[in-house]
Amino acid sequence: MYSVPITTSYVEKVIEIERPDSILLGFGGQTALNCGVSLYRQDILKKYGIRVLGTQLKGIEITEDRQLFKSAMEKSDVPVLHSGVAYSLQESLNLVREIGYPVIIRVAYTLGGRGGGVAYNEYELQEIVQRGLSLSLAHQVLLERYVGHWKQIEYEVMRDNQGNSVTVCNMENILAMRVHTGDNIVIAPSQTLNNFEYHMLRSAALRATAYCNIVGECNIQFGLNPSSEEYCAIEINARLSRSSALASKATGYPLAYMAAKIALGYTLPELLNSITKVTTAYFEPSLDYVVVKMPRWDFRKFELVKRKLGSTMKSVGEVMAIGRNFEEVIQKAIRMCEIGKNGLVANDDGSSASDLENDVENIEQALLHPTDEIIFDVVRAMRAGMTIETVNQLSAIDPWFLIKIKNIITLEDRLRRSNIDEDLIKEAKKMGFSDNQVGKCWSIPETKVRGLRKKFGILPVIKQIDTLAAEWPAKTNYLYMTYGGNTDDIIVKKKEEKTAIVLGAGPYRVGSSVEFDWGTVNMVLSLKENGIKEVSIINCNPETVSTDYDISDRLFFEELTFERVMDIYEKINPTGIVTCVGGQTANTLTPMLANNGVNIIGTASVDVDRAEDRSKFGQLLDLLRIKQPAWKEFTDLSEAKKFVSTVGYPILVRPSYVLSGAAMKVVWGHEQLNQFLTEATHVSPDHPIVISKFLQDASEVEVDAVSNGDEVIIGSLIEHIDNAGIHSGDAMMCIPPWRLDRKTIETIADYSFQIGKALNIKGPFNIQYLVKEDEVSVIEANVRASRSMPFISKFMRLNLINLAAKAMTGNALPQKIKDHWLKSSGFGIKVPQFSFMQLEGADIVLSVEMQSTGEVACFGNSFYDALSKAYMAAGYSLPLSGSALVTVGGQKNKEKLLPLIQLISSMKYTIMATEHTAEFIERNNFKEIQRVYKLSEPRREPNISNLLYEHKIGFIINIPSTSTIEKYVGMLYDEYQIRRKAVEMGIPVLTTLESATSFIKTLEWLKRNTPTVDCLGGYMNI
Amino acid sequence: MASRGGQKIPTLQSSYLGYNARLMLEDNSLFQGIGFGYPCDLAGEVVFNTGMVGYTEALSDPSYRGQILCMTYPLIGNYGVPSKEIKDEYGLPKYFESENIQVKGLIIYELSDVASHWSCIKTIDQWLYDEEVPGICGVDTRELTKKLRVNGSMRGVLSVSKDDVLDKAKASKMMKSRRYGTYEGWNFLSEVSVTEPREYGDKNRDCIVLLDTGTKYSIIRNIIRIGYRVVCLPWNTGYQKIKAYKPKGVVISNGPGDPKVCKSTIETAVQLIDTATPTLGICLGNQILALAGGADTYKLKFGHRGQNKPCISLRNNHAFITSQNHGYGIDAKSLDKTDFETWFLNADDNTVEGIQHKTKPIIAVQFHPEASPGPYDCMFVFDEFKAIIDKYYESNDSNEDKLVSNPSSISSSVQKNLNRKKRRKIAKT
Repeated sequence: MYSVPITTSYVEKVIEIERPDSILLGFGGQTALNCGVSLYRQDILKKYGIRVLGTQLKGIEITEDRQLFKSAMEKSDVPVLHSGVAYSLQESLNLVREIGYPVIIRVAYTLGGRGGGVAYNEYELQEIVQRGLSLSLAHQVLLERYVGHWKQIEYEVMRDNQGNSVTVCNMENILAMRVHTGDNIVIAPSQTLNNFEYHMLRSAALRATAYCNIVGECNIQFGLNPSSEEYCAIEINARLSRSSALASKATGYPLAYMAAKIALGYTLPELLNSITKVTTAYFEPSLDYVVVKMPRWDFRKFELVKRKLGSTMKSVGEVMAIGRNFEEVIQKAIRMCEIGKNGLVANDDGSSASDLENDVENIEQALLHPTDEIIFDVVRAMRAGMTIETVNQLSAIDPWFLIKIKNIITLEDRLRRSNIDEDLIKEAKKMGFSDNQVGKCWSIPETKVRGLRKKFGILPVIKQIDTLAAEWPAKTNYLYMTYGGNTDDIIVKKKEEKTAIVLGAGPYRVGSSVEFDWGTVNMVLSLKENGIKEVSIINCNPETVSTDYDISDRLFFEELTFERVMDIYEKINPTGIVTCVGGQTANTLTPMLANNGVNIIGTASVDVDRAEDRSKFGQLLDLLRIKQPAWKEFTDLSEAKKFVSTVGYPILVRPSYVLSGAAMKVVWGHEQLNQFLTEATHVSPDHPIVISKFLQDASEVEVDAVSNGDEVIIGSLIEHIDNAGIHSGDAMMCIPPWRLDRKTIETIADYSFQIGKALNIKGPFNIQYLVKEDEVSVIEANVRASRSMPFISKFMRLNLINLAAKAMTGNALPQKIKDHWLKSSGFGIKVPQFSFMQLEGADIVLSVEMQSTGEVACFGNSFYDALSKAYMAAGYSLPLSGSALVTVGGQKNKEKLLPLIQLISSMKYTIMATEHTAEFIERNNFKEIQRVYKLSEPRREPNISNLLYEHKIGFIINIPSTSTIEKYVGMLYDEYQIRRKAVEMGIPVLTTLESATSFIKTLEWLKRNTPTVDCLGGYMNI
Repeated sequence: MASRGGQKIPTLQSSYLGYNARLMLEDNSLFQGIGFGYPCDLAGEVVFNTGMVGYTEALSDPSYRGQILCMTYPLIGNYGVPSKEIKDEYGLPKYFESENIQVKGLIIYELSDVASHWSCIKTIDQWLYDEEVPGICGVDTRELTKKLRVNGSMRGVLSVSKDDVLDKAKASKMMKSRRYGTYEGWNFLSEVSVTEPREYGDKNRDCIVLLDTGTKYSIIRNIIRIGYRVVCLPWNTGYQKIKAYKPKGVVISNGPGDPKVCKSTIETAVQLIDTATPTLGICLGNQILALAGGADTYKLKFGHRGQNKPCISLRNNHAFITSQNHGYGIDAKSLDKTDFETWFLNADDNTVEGIQHKTKPIIAVQFHPEASPGPYDCMFVFDEFKAIIDKYYESNDSNEDKLVSNPSSISSSVQKNLNRKKRRKIAKT
């Protein structure tokens, strides 16, 4: 395993070392495919005599090049959309005469795709084209027939080298063509296509993929006119994609596995269906259920972000719900997203019908320009009395889906009007209502509905996913729960042996991603190793390994809600449930499960509570004589202000109720505190806030460890490269700590031992520390698997989850690894990956709220060896010459920056600076500072705008004054603009002093050194 | 603003409370549900189909005569029922396979209360009502399918009523009555076949005689597509009468029931073989040709009904996804003593899915190359038939050997197939 950037040069180095015969390009998403194409174009594959397995590059190139694609489709007798390029209004008019209205206009060579639009008539065309031509640097606009209201249908195709092809699954995008499939609500199989349309598109898919000579798996997208049989092909992805993962889980057909076999030369008919184990893999799955994929967006985490959905994907995760009708799956899917909703209706945010009637214009706009709230906007529209036809015309959602949504609304109204009624509960459950929703309608608690339901015998049934609609017996236990049936497919008898359920982590989101799935999978495997006879998983994220049906003994592709977990628990009667590897999702369920008699395997719920309840944890630390930053909980504003006047600003404010924006904030002054507490949150006895002293210039250290109650084994200490104040998920981290002295390390280890034992932890835990001037204090302890555990486990070659499983099953912890953490050599560095590019408008300045959506880790012999590769892997460009733009807010920041300016200038970079910064630098005896002008002064040259466009800036140090004064007042808008433009142009922007320092020092190191390339074991001496 | 979304999509919504309904099977199991369509009581053979689209095509497929059909896909009726007035390029109703609903009754999980599609003019509930066919929804169709898989196809009684449904005793009596309950050994052909000759397609073209044992419109469509005029004749038409039309070839269609009861068609088929008339058999036609050639047929445990059935051509080892609807099959062993050999094998259970005559221009498939419902991947069977005809007359015109030699030898590919099976065994272990 090589943990290196997926770039041509690094991959070539690995090829040089390993000398492989062949290479697979279709399994690592677009990154791997792009890398493969450039390896091919640079003749590197030829040079080393490497054969590409699976689809050949000729085919890949067809799917990646618009022009080749168009002609390939024409040759395959598959229509494509009419489009063209125009350089003037007249050319546009001529073009539209061929294309016809409506037409979509895209502006070429403009940042952020600004200036385009859809024209329905000549008047609108003139306006948009003229605006577009003036905005485009190349004075060019692209025109294409607009089909936003068409149905967006996808097929997953498997094809072997003999030309045997099947379509494994088709999918319908509920929000039609206008929203990217990654951000669309997707249902499989298609619901509104008749036999002719289904098979017409299927045949087109097979013709198109045969022409591209696909070998393995691919995805093809079509647009289908909702008013006729007219269709067009949109694109082909000649690789495993997000949709393929979804299709695999939706059907039980393991696409990646089969694609790998096919790449090796097997044919489909000679492979076996891995569910039945007797029939062939050459077949098309038949579903006797429906699935809905719902994206999870995290716009709330980003300031200034535009929430509109369109052709760029903005979601960070997804869930998949399985059931027997649309109403059931859509409500399940909404709950699975964990966005604070009970389902489609009966949420706490309901506004009255009369409010809505006055709001019709807003609702119309919302339907026309969908955001992440679209499905709830549809509900609002119906409540406001809009007809199905109107909603369909505005939203392009097929009436079939709209009426199903209406069914749910109608049932909610009926529930609210009626008394407790057995038949109505039955009906509600079939329509996907949770006990919670039913309870809301009748003003009774969830648990009471559960009690009633059990009394009436209204229980869900377990159904299997078997790829063949029960035609053949299934050998796997890929399961879901539904009220759409009377009989369980499997019956589990209570066993003598120990059995367990492991709760997964739900959808990927900012703050919880694949790292918790790693924990879930490793926990399942390790429990089996440690004597648990049968282990089941509950999870609902189709992108994960834990939802591969061959990982666990039973996979429940289900909601991680109290209701559903209890349903499953009562059906299969396990010895206990593991909640410590599923991140916050699973953790939150622990107390309620424990209170309802569920045996929690691992740390007891009361002990988890002792860590999570701030005052209990504070008392514990006091008892252990371990420090923590001063903090207090408040229920009114004046008390809070008194406290702040004693500890002084800055402070960290954590409200328990959030109106808008981020939940946590560093506050620097009185006015800001007032504003935050009135605009963003409430303070009341029901909604207290916690205020703690914020330590500036402190470094942050984390410990990942495992305890069995008697002994604590430390996995490693990890030091943040950034100072405290940046969320640990967004911070760059290093193992081993490289700036801490021995005494501090010992103190931290000692505290960790003490806390682990005092909390009686049985399983994994993570403690975050602050270190300032040799003083160590504790921020918090999380009694569960942490985000950094896979990183540590990989680098240290010590699987912490495996150790945790031992501790949790009462097995002894191995003694010889106790000092393992002290013995590491080499460096491992983890760098977060952000998606700011995709999130139009989002500001990239980091804060106490996490914003990253992924991470990379690279290893090296030295700190900078590891860091340089990690930067590259995360997509930073590392320019070794050129210009650096420096714009810094606030006097204090400017002063702190001087040593770095010195370094940059000694490295022969041209320094560009805006007026005030330039003046300051020059006053401090630096020469040849190139003055540049702000975006808000577009007439003054040289302007930052042009320099960015022309790629004349190598990297930007932009430390906003946020850290000292109020954020986003008018004067700071300009800095925000610079950061945004830079992100869109792919230019590195460093927004803190520490990140700037480590970046510049990496460049300095790179000028004299070359990063090493070695497999993971090569950096380890253990 | 509202005009910007495009045209209005016709939407129909039915809002009725439903009838009482119950399904009873031969093994006494009961399924409660909600009735729809036309309220009445009836008995029939209960079978399941795993296709996810195509209920208008399936319900109007004459091969379902005498059967109560269970759809394993849970949502039925989403796109409503289109108008029969929408015709294809050959003047046949585009979305139907015959004039009427052919199934006796319909069993589903959820009846969609909304039909939404540009082509829809009525809901499926209304369609069933109009054609006096009962339906039951709310059934755990997966459970029912598993029962049929384990026990094999069973007889069942479907009772749909505004008032009380049939009690157990009455239902059981109905199930046993010859008039209502018999499926096996019953001859349905007179119910599904034309009684008078009917012609389709361009009058100037050469003619193909279609022996109508319950043909689907799509077989007619495909014969016209490959360039012929279709003369559709009753199932029991004799060889001499067929010959009077001077056909270039004969197609024996699909149809319902046990092939062995189609005695007169089998007799005709014997003569077609004897005279080496270019012939294509489809589904029931395949079985009839096999019986005429001296092979045997048998009843499958629960049949093959779906759109995802893998078949392998033994000529070249190519695999095809086929649409199937058959309850009987050709006994593979019995082919040994005939002049037929296996053309297609089912890749899942190795049953015979197509045969070809070793020396004569006669081919037949058990699956439905005309698709509808299902994938269009096997339309080549019709083109192949045309090629056989062309070749036959080419050699006839030049007064050479009257008998068409086999399109391609399969002995070597049979060997390949055996190898394939061996490999699979290895994979299993």
